[in-house]
Amino acid sequence: MANELKMTDVVIVGMGATGGVAALPLTRAGLEVVGLEAGTWLSPNDFAPDELRNNYRGWPQLVQKANHEVPTHRRRDGAPYSPRPSVHPMMNAVGGTTVHFWGQSWRLNPWDFKVVSATTARYGAARIPSGSTVEDWPFGLEELEPYYDKVEYEVGISGQAGNIKGKIDERGNIFEGPRAREYPMPALHGTGFTAMMADAAKAIGAHPFAGPAAINSRDYEGRAGCMYHGWCDRGGCPVSAKSSTNVTTIPKALATKRLKIVTRAQVLRIEVDAKGRASGVTYLRDGKSYFQPARIVLMGCFTFENVRLLLLSKSRLFPAGLSNNHGQVGRHYMTHNEIGSVSALFPQNLNNWYGLPAQGIAIDNWADDNFDHAGLDFIGGVNLWAMNARRPIAAASAETFGKTGTWGSDWKAFIRQNADRIHHGYMQKTTLPYDVNYLDLDPAMKDPLGDPVIRITADYQENERRVARFAQDKMAAWYQAAGAIEVRKGGVDGIMGIGAHAYGGTRMGDNVQTNVVNRWGFSHEVPNLGIMGASLMGTSGSRNPTLTIQALAWRTAQHLADNWKELAG
Amino acid sequence: MGKSPGDKAPKGHSRRDLFKWAGAASVLAGTGSVQAQAAPATLPYREALETLTAAEADTLEAFCARLIPSDANGPGAKEARAAHYIDRALGGALASARDAYRSGLLALDFKAREANGKPFSALDAKSQDAMLTELEKTESSFFNLVRQHTLQGTFCDPYYGGNAGFVGWTLLGYPGIRMFVSEQDEAKNAHPVPVRKSAYDFPMFDRHNAHIADGIAAPADLAHMPYGMGNSKNGE
Repeated sequence: MANELKMTDVVIVGMGATGGVAALPLTRAGLEVVGLEAGTWLSPNDFAPDELRNNYRGWPQLVQKANHEVPTHRRRDGAPYSPRPSVHPMMNAVGGTTVHFWGQSWRLNPWDFKVVSATTARYGAARIPSGSTVEDWPFGLEELEPYYDKVEYEVGISGQAGNIKGKIDERGNIFEGPRAREYPMPALHGTGFTAMMADAAKAIGAHPFAGPAAINSRDYEGRAGCMYHGWCDRGGCPVSAKSSTNVTTIPKALATKRLKIVTRAQVLRIEVDAKGRASGVTYLRDGKSYFQPARIVLMGCFTFENVRLLLLSKSRLFPAGLSNNHGQVGRHYMTHNEIGSVSALFPQNLNNWYGLPAQGIAIDNWADDNFDHAGLDFIGGVNLWAMNARRPIAAASAETFGKTGTWGSDWKAFIRQNADRIHHGYMQKTTLPYDVNYLDLDPAMKDPLGDPVIRITADYQENERRVARFAQDKMAAWYQAAGAIEVRKGGVDGIMGIGAHAYGGTRMGDNVQTNVVNRWGFSHEVPNLGIMGASLMGTSGSRNPTLTIQALAWRTAQHLADNWKELAG
Repeated sequence: MGKSPGDKAPKGHSRRDLFKWAGAASVLAGTGSVQAQAAPATLPYREALETLTAAEADTLEAFCARLIPSDANGPGAKEARAAHYIDRALGGALASARDAYRSGLLALDFKAREANGKPFSALDAKSQDAMLTELEKTESSFFNLVRQHTLQGTFCDPYYGGNAGFVGWTLLGYPGIRMFVSEQDEAKNAHPVPVRKSAYDFPMFDRHNAHIADGIAAPADLAHMPYGMGNSKNGE
């Protein structure tokens, strides 16, 4: 039997991107919070600038809990399984995946909240791809704006505003929705390469700008500014210039003395009482099981684990898994549209050896509905991003544009000349949810405890392939305007498997028949169970999701604090 | 956060700390070669075989040397000690590839002896290239495995036993690991002076160096035990 612990107001499963944020408004409101985290604290000494260890051996993800739970994938019902990756994209640690994420911290475009109504109004309902389950969000950008603002200042985001209360600032993203005020820090500085790409963007009629990043461009709240050394893409920051939650909102919450973090706690089940309310969670730590009772349970896991924990938590009242009496848990899954690569070869060195993925230049002209789709055969679009980052093993492993083989003296001469002349576009594109794409429990593959892992059944559909081809043309034009002498496009038949940007599975919406959680992030079926993370998002946007899920988490936590008596029962 | 919250989270580093350490590292770096890290400077550099047999190592050494040859463009995989890197890694991080090397290298050498009456390592470069060209077509997974590991062994941090003398980084024109990169270092046509240091020359990351303990609390997991549970009774 599990050891029963003392009752707490709120238990949060996962001290990462969302749980680490939600703990702050809750503890500030006077609530007692227990944060359960499967990983441990990592220290600045863990973040060595070591490409082999971090990027090729997958340290420390390789040795963590999540790595025993890598989902399986097949393209559709009955299709053969795809090869299973050896490293899970998420991270178990206090701070979670914000420890090693790239830090791009975007607000969604206003269109992302109303894909159905805006598309129907502008182009007609027939333009929503058949088979898509996409819905409007239950609210628009204006509802989330105050929470974006809150997170930008409490976590620490650098950037350049493009639209303050409707006033457009050409230095920022002119397509962004209105914001209340500037970012708390200016954008990361540019480089010779980003300046070259900015000029090329103007030459093709686009509007270039430096994107927002959860990385300090100067000292902020006692943390150092970025050193631009460029080793934070698979590791954390050794001087805490990256605004991971373990150095921002979590320490602030701990300072209230009302947050207790239990590390190495592997949550097994969400428990319910006889009335169907969540009563707490059972977790395993060092081989012993504990029951943590709580008035409110908040789940703040990566998409796959949010879904898996619900599906594993079966009970008499919820025989198909917790909060799944409408069969919606696992539905509407999607990842960012990652098909259709573009790479370029330049005639001169780019000096890309330093810098970081978040230090780049963006084009938003062809994202979302920022351009007229009337003559096109798809909806959505692409955010184009050219980053200043390169490391030696990856540089030596780059493609050769058909100019040589991959070894021997000819190859060596090629790589000696061109190691710093090759660039790969980073293109985040719209993905829509479809009824054929979903997550469930794998019938065969299990974790070391004998619990099934998630099975992904998903594939890109025709809209995604069309967006990808369109995006490739734009990226290629951008490179050519910048002077590239070779541009290569990859295929668009790649698989939609395990994404670092994985969405859906516990979608948020007013309709209880098609959504798991309500507009506040609380379960339609279990009133004291809140869910946070990208599993809530019903549209992907064409940009990194972290800031959005953090804004949603803050909003859920604030709603809980403001309505405590009603929700805690 | 001006100071750490309580005694629980790991203590942060300031940039000033890092520069202080970087200064210490640059003094240490004067002691010279990569090999000095693996053995006390008073001993000559040695290489053991930790995983491969001598015959396997001979074949692999020749294989790597043709993938990234020593030629007019400078030293290659042999000088970088890529095969030494692979031998060490096969006993650790790459252990799952050990059997593939055993069977793959044996088959390559067997074919060389069968066709030419000589071990693969004793063939001339032209004959070795012909055999590897054939291997790339017929046994592409093994070929690509060795190629991938040879790239790692030639361009990795020298701590791992490859990229000896930084020959890989020099081949690419990589200016090396810096902890602080200035705006000027990233400007157009900038040519930062090459730094030839391992990540583990920075005392912050070097476990051998006593500096690592300076002011840094270990992650205080035990302080986060479930309340009501004794620290000593539960787990390791």
